[in-house]
Amino acid sequence: MIAWTIYITFAGAFGLLLMPRFFARWIALATALAGFAISLLAFFQTPYAGSFATVVRVPWVPSLGMEFHLAADGISLTLALVTGLTAVSAVLFSWEVEHRPNEFFFWLLLVIGGSYGVFLSADLFLLFVFYELVIVPKYFLIAIWGSTNKEYGAMKLTLYSFLGGALVFLAIVAVYVTAGKSNVASALDLQQLARYQFSPEFQAWAFPVMFVGFAILAGIWPLHTWAPTGHVAAPTAGSMLLAGIVMKLGAYSALRVAMNLFPDGFQRWRVWIAVLGVIGIVYAAAVALRQRDLKFVIGYSSVSHMGFVLLGLATANVLGIGGAVLQMFSHGVIAALLFAVAGRMIYRRTHTRDLDALSEMGLGRALPFAAFSFVIASAASMGIPGFSGFAAEITILLGAWKAYPIAVWVTGAGMVLVAAFTLRALKQTFFGDAATATLGGSAPNAFGTDPSYVSASPTIVTSSAERSIHRPENLSPITVAEKCGAALLIFATLAVGLYPRLLLDRIMPAVEALRVLNP
Amino acid sequence: MYFDLLRLALPETIVAVTALAVLALGLARGRGAGVCSAVAAAGLLFATAAVLMLPEQANLFGEMLVITPLTSLFKIICLALAFFTVILARGGNTPNHRGEYLALLLLATIGLMLLVGSEELLMIFIGLELTGLSLYVMAGFDKAAPRSAEAGLKYFLFGSTASAFTLFGLSLVYGMCGTTGLSAIGQKLTGGPVLPLLAAGIVMTLIGFAFKIAAAPFHLWAPDTYQGAPIPSAAFIASGSKVASFVVLGKIVLVGFGPAHGSAAWHAMIGGWAPALAALAALSIVIGNLVALAQSNVRRLLAYSAVAHSGYTLLGLIAGSREGFAATLFYTTAYAFTLIGAFGVVALVRRHTGGDDLAHFSALWSRSPLLAGCMTIFMLSLAGLPPLAGFFGKFYLFGATLRAGGNQGLLWLVALALLGSFVSLYYYLAVLKAIFVDNPEFGTPDPESLPSIKLDFLERTSLSLLGLAVIVLGTFPDGLVSLIAASLPPLR
Repeated sequence: MIAWTIYITFAGAFGLLLMPRFFARWIALATALAGFAISLLAFFQTPYAGSFATVVRVPWVPSLGMEFHLAADGISLTLALVTGLTAVSAVLFSWEVEHRPNEFFFWLLLVIGGSYGVFLSADLFLLFVFYELVIVPKYFLIAIWGSTNKEYGAMKLTLYSFLGGALVFLAIVAVYVTAGKSNVASALDLQQLARYQFSPEFQAWAFPVMFVGFAILAGIWPLHTWAPTGHVAAPTAGSMLLAGIVMKLGAYSALRVAMNLFPDGFQRWRVWIAVLGVIGIVYAAAVALRQRDLKFVIGYSSVSHMGFVLLGLATANVLGIGGAVLQMFSHGVIAALLFAVAGRMIYRRTHTRDLDALSEMGLGRALPFAAFSFVIASAASMGIPGFSGFAAEITILLGAWKAYPIAVWVTGAGMVLVAAFTLRALKQTFFGDAATATLGGSAPNAFGTDPSYVSASPTIVTSSAERSIHRPENLSPITVAEKCGAALLIFATLAVGLYPRLLLDRIMPAVEALRVLNP
Repeated sequence: MYFDLLRLALPETIVAVTALAVLALGLARGRGAGVCSAVAAAGLLFATAAVLMLPEQANLFGEMLVITPLTSLFKIICLALAFFTVILARGGNTPNHRGEYLALLLLATIGLMLLVGSEELLMIFIGLELTGLSLYVMAGFDKAAPRSAEAGLKYFLFGSTASAFTLFGLSLVYGMCGTTGLSAIGQKLTGGPVLPLLAAGIVMTLIGFAFKIAAAPFHLWAPDTYQGAPIPSAAFIASGSKVASFVVLGKIVLVGFGPAHGSAAWHAMIGGWAPALAALAALSIVIGNLVALAQSNVRRLLAYSAVAHSGYTLLGLIAGSREGFAATLFYTTAYAFTLIGAFGVVALVRRHTGGDDLAHFSALWSRSPLLAGCMTIFMLSLAGLPPLAGFFGKFYLFGATLRAGGNQGLLWLVALALLGSFVSLYYYLAVLKAIFVDNPEFGTPDPESLPSIKLDFLERTSLSLLGLAVIVLGTFPDGLVSLIAASLPPLR
């Protein structure tokens, strides 16, 4: 059944191109909802999620041993679930896209469909096809509908992704050539490849090539710089999908493919993964502390949170890897919510994301719902108990304590930084000193404000003439679509935070069954 | 005997007769030029039918005319490419004298069919010359345009020099082996060392083909010819001529020179000629991709990307295995159909906007969604993104290359090719950026109010067909893969 998420999403995408523009958003919403409903049903209907159970299997290129083979276990189902969740809210948060809406939702649905495909593929070639399929839609989403420096951000992000793809491609071809001889009929079946004994010398070079290739997409330090730039440039729904799903594609594939296929190579290199993960957590948090653009703060926080995922993967124990999967879910929801508030609720209304400018608007009073959502998301992001971020990060740290106690100490320091930059962003955005802003005397000037200009040169924003334009009373209220999207995400982070077993019951058996833990 | 010849060479005969008919029709004044196109297209269809009726296996005059499933398959592919070129050459895309132009195109097609269908050096050379001479004229056909004359002259000067090298190389090979049949040459060379004389012969022969496929450093004609020649000529040079050249090059190096091992076999390469080809491939990938980054004219960009693609395609031949050859043939076929489609889009854009710089493509999405969509498919296939033909072709090609090297000796070449295709995404995206993101500088502020580009039925159908073909070759490649694999004769 879960396979239908892929079919429906792609069918919806291509159907959109033929429809009049009025229907575009409704079709996109229906498609996203259908995918979400299916992934939710599949998630709860799978009683035992430990085995990577085949869903669909048909020969695809028999002469070269490729199959259209989909399968799902607890990890796949969890990530398919967060894909559906983020997809629905992303569509809701782009409800007012008026500029080329059919195209916009077409590319959006391609990203979503490709992501479902990656999470459910059981054939390495198929997985890679879906993985590469996601690259180009991201470019168009950002370059056409983005903001701030969008063409640069789009190209940078796309080239980084494709560079990662090229590294993975090389490793996959090498795997195909090495292991394919013994098994022509299904040469790239992930389960069978995981049982194949690659020679240690081969693993020693193939693992880092493949892992780094995937990890670029997961935002591994020092190849993370595409992420903040790309997230900032992307339209709101684009940022939500990028941070919420696309970064998980890299982390998931690194786990499912690189680590599972090359356990020896993983053992050899894993300490370096942990080192890079910890550096990512601390470094990105420190950088976020100094940002003046709200979206940059959130972009770096994504890198920081994905550092937890890498650290969790590097622990090579059930707790650490299970926590990493939980963190993928949790960060998907939290980052989507943060970007939704920053990009949609605030930027669309105020046309600035500069923290100093925002702090003078008193948005906490003007947009109470936005403030509420942002407080929840910030709390979850900081790892306050009761939210999903806490459950995930504590699991990862417990796992890391067994493997690398020093890493836990350093990460602890990093978490203080996370709390610091999150609180700073929260305070400046919503609870700044609003008194001066409302006193701007000059008449509102409804035109002549170029958003990119404003955020590029913050000194201009703070001049009193500009301030008066965005007086809080001019802000349009939060729409129903926005409220629905935010409520969905808030519910998800609370549900998982209060009852993590909801996910962990399905994640843990699947993690225990992974080849990397059972050499 | 002669009846056999007529029977086995029926497709070529049909094309030749059609060429003469089209020439006569074109000369008869007062007839619309549309008739010439229709007759040429019909002749190509008949020839295709004739190819389908050929016997499975035949061999005439000691390999001068060979018929195998492989030659038949590639004759059909060449005819199909010529067919699309005829469609491309309708309307405003060609200069006057369409009859003569189409006749030349058909003659070049005969040359390609002879090239594909022969395993004998003399016949191969005749095919090369017939193709070459027709294409030189086609490149310079637009007499009113100085650029076209430049294209023709450059193509001719480089081409004739390269032919001279090839002829000299072939004569050296003949002198050493005493025969012109490829398989006989292969037998003579089996296991022997690569003597200096043979090395000279091999290298000189390869130069001629490196020119044909536009491999660096013999690519210098390509940018000017692709940019200056009439678009159908450029499209045919880039697709048909390239496919046939790869088929013949594969036969020559794998059947003829393949068994000559020699002392030059290093880095797990099978034959003495492989290092030379590897150097060509590496150079083409690096030069083609790097120079393409700086181009602002789409046709010139396609020319440099063609250089890079020749580099990738050579990888399969360097592998020296049957699988490698099959992958090369798949890749070059996929590439040819992609490129002829891309040139089709360029031609239509040029006709409506007056140029083919990147700026002329701006806001194409609103002027013609079909053209924009097709160009997206073609560019992304060239960049090697799934689910398009170029992606699968690359996987097949690189897999075969790595497998053949033994202990992954060719890993460096595969890694270089992947690095090259990473670089290439940038300039293909530049084309798409012009189409979807950029706004025209000269026009109205709202791109949606630009006049839309009207396409007639034939243009729409053929472009959609090509776009569909590129998708199908990428998503369901098994048909062509198994067809090629089944039709390849076993190599020694």
